[in-house]
Amino acid sequence: MSELTLNGISVQYGDRTALRSFSDGVPAGEWVGLIGPNGAGKSSLLRAVAGLVQYGGAMYVDGVDLAGLGDRDRAQQIAYVPQEPLIPGDMTAFEYVLLGRNPYIGYFGGASRHDRSVVDDVLDRLRLREFADRMLGALSGGERQRVVLARALAQETPILLLDEPTSALDIGHQQQALELVTELREAQQLTVISALHDLTLAGTYTDRLVMLDHGEVIAAGPAREVLTAERLGAVYRVCVTVDVDPEDGAVIVVPRRGFLAS
Amino acid sequence: MADRTDRWWFGVGAACVAAAVVLGASIGPAGPDWWRVPLEFVNRLPLISIETGVSESEWAIVWKIRMPRVVLGGVVGGMLSIAGASYQGVFRNPLVGPYLLGAAAGAGLGATLALTVGRGVTSSWAVDPVPTAAFVVAVASVMVTYTVGAAFGGDRTGVTLVLAGVAVVSFTSAVQTFLLQRNLEVFREVFRWITGSLANATWGDVGLVFPYAVVSVVVLLIHRRHLDLFRVGGDEAATLGMSVARTRLTIVIAATLGTAAVVSVSGLIGFVGLIVPHVVRLLAGAGHRRLLPLSLMGGAAFLILADIPGRMLSNPAETPIGVVTAFIGAPFFIYLLRTKRVGA
Ligand SMILES: Nc1ncnc2c1ncn2[C@@H]1O[C@H](COP(=O)(O)OP(=O)(O)OP(=O)(O)O)[C@@H](O)[C@H]1O
Ligand SMILES: [Mg+2]
Repeated sequence: MSELTLNGISVQYGDRTALRSFSDGVPAGEWVGLIGPNGAGKSSLLRAVAGLVQYGGAMYVDGVDLAGLGDRDRAQQIAYVPQEPLIPGDMTAFEYVLLGRNPYIGYFGGASRHDRSVVDDVLDRLRLREFADRMLGALSGGERQRVVLARALAQETPILLLDEPTSALDIGHQQQALELVTELREAQQLTVISALHDLTLAGTYTDRLVMLDHGEVIAAGPAREVLTAERLGAVYRVCVTVDVDPEDGAVIVVPRRGFLAS
Repeated sequence: MADRTDRWWFGVGAACVAAAVVLGASIGPAGPDWWRVPLEFVNRLPLISIETGVSESEWAIVWKIRMPRVVLGGVVGGMLSIAGASYQGVFRNPLVGPYLLGAAAGAGLGATLALTVGRGVTSSWAVDPVPTAAFVVAVASVMVTYTVGAAFGGDRTGVTLVLAGVAVVSFTSAVQTFLLQRNLEVFREVFRWITGSLANATWGDVGLVFPYAVVSVVVLLIHRRHLDLFRVGGDEAATLGMSVARTRLTIVIAATLGTAAVVSVSGLIGFVGLIVPHVVRLLAGAGHRRLLPLSLMGGAAFLILADIPGRMLSNPAETPIGVVTAFIGAPFFIYLLRTKRVGA
């Protein structure tokens, strides 16, 4: 139940600008999909919101400046699934998901029974129960990705940042993970920002798309408006057709053979 | 469920320490028959009296010569191992030990300084200046490492810190070599100190390091949960609400203080702090809730036991304990690596 306001966010690495003056207001319960080609600045934006890179501009959660929050307070507001999480192979899935409860555990404290039951609950919902006691190093890429998502959900934050959360998942688990996020979003008014490479999924699950290229917003709005064949052709240098399902208005992006003349 | 497994492991660890203490107190070139010693310990308990045939002078050998050595060995081994486990955790690097940031090199330089340039000033002093000098220079070296590393790094990875440690270690070692090469007459003395030894330990030595070791161990044990967070890397730990730089600093300070204190008395006993945590990880898992207490107990037991063969092989001089630890420890470690799968 939190509104996220981004005012002129810029991210720079040395003298390379990865994101230029990005502004947006994400109301509580909205799901925004970030799309754009490799290197567009999607991860940079998410990392800035997660507090992992220096940024110019200002961010507010329900009017509170994020720059003024300590690590712990921020972690109670924002959970983040990185594009390439660092997986400790010799940690069990349960222990790993339990790390998500850290923002609620005092400096000298340990995990409470409540913390453990939250973890159990998340594991059940992502159908990860059977993996609870398995080492992460012994899980498949997709199983691992779901465990990372579980860790973020165990954080029980009002804002969820997902960087390519489904890149390694098969079509069934992709749907399951995105449905779960949808369900949580509706039940708890979660605010979600996610980078997604699959444009059809991005269009289907999110409320609104923001397309970035070279650190700037190219287009923003509902999938129908953002995902046009010409724009995709120009930005991604790709040959696609875009179909709109006449029944429910879902936008389907279909890659076609052939190169776009440059 | 997990807690029962923990308790089982801690019981095993405590039993190992107890067994090591009994063996360490019982075995030695002089003194009573080895099997009489445990009985005599029981005899000395309040309200219990058994006839053991241990004379007062024999008991003095056990209590005044062997026991300080055993206890100091336990403190040194336990401290180095728990510090090593903490360093490895905080830097997410299996190759680092408690000497990483310059504690050992600094202690070595401090001892060399005391034995060379300080010789003229301190020869009339009543107290031995070597441990104090070793401790002070050890702590100073690590502070330099940290200042340099933090000034240029500021990152969440800790790599800069490790590299700064490498630079400081090279520098202090160079100064030490320079001093030694100009004062070859103390070479033997410095060499003996550098290789580390528990011989000639007194209850006074134990009293000297004990307070530091206790504080250090308590602080490290408090940070077991934080060390588990470091396992997902500094960035992710930060998004999970940990103040990475501050927590790392606290852990490093605690581990360094304890390390500097024990090496200033025992000299540089190598291998223990690096290998014992790995052995524990292979046997009992990598979670720090178990790893830290077990490293403490395992390191203590290991060093107490490793000190025994040296006493027996004392001709012409006692075999340095660092040699014994590597001699027994390395093959055992390789055996474990072969039988256990690593990293999974
Ligand atoms: N740590 C870094 N140092 C320097 N440049 C970086 C760094 N991280 C990213 N960049 C650059 O910033 C730009 C934006 O990168 P970013 O990771 O935000 O892209 P992205 O949209 O997430 O791409 P992808 O779809 O490949 O994940 C790229 O040009 C990239 O090369
Ligand atoms: Mg990215």
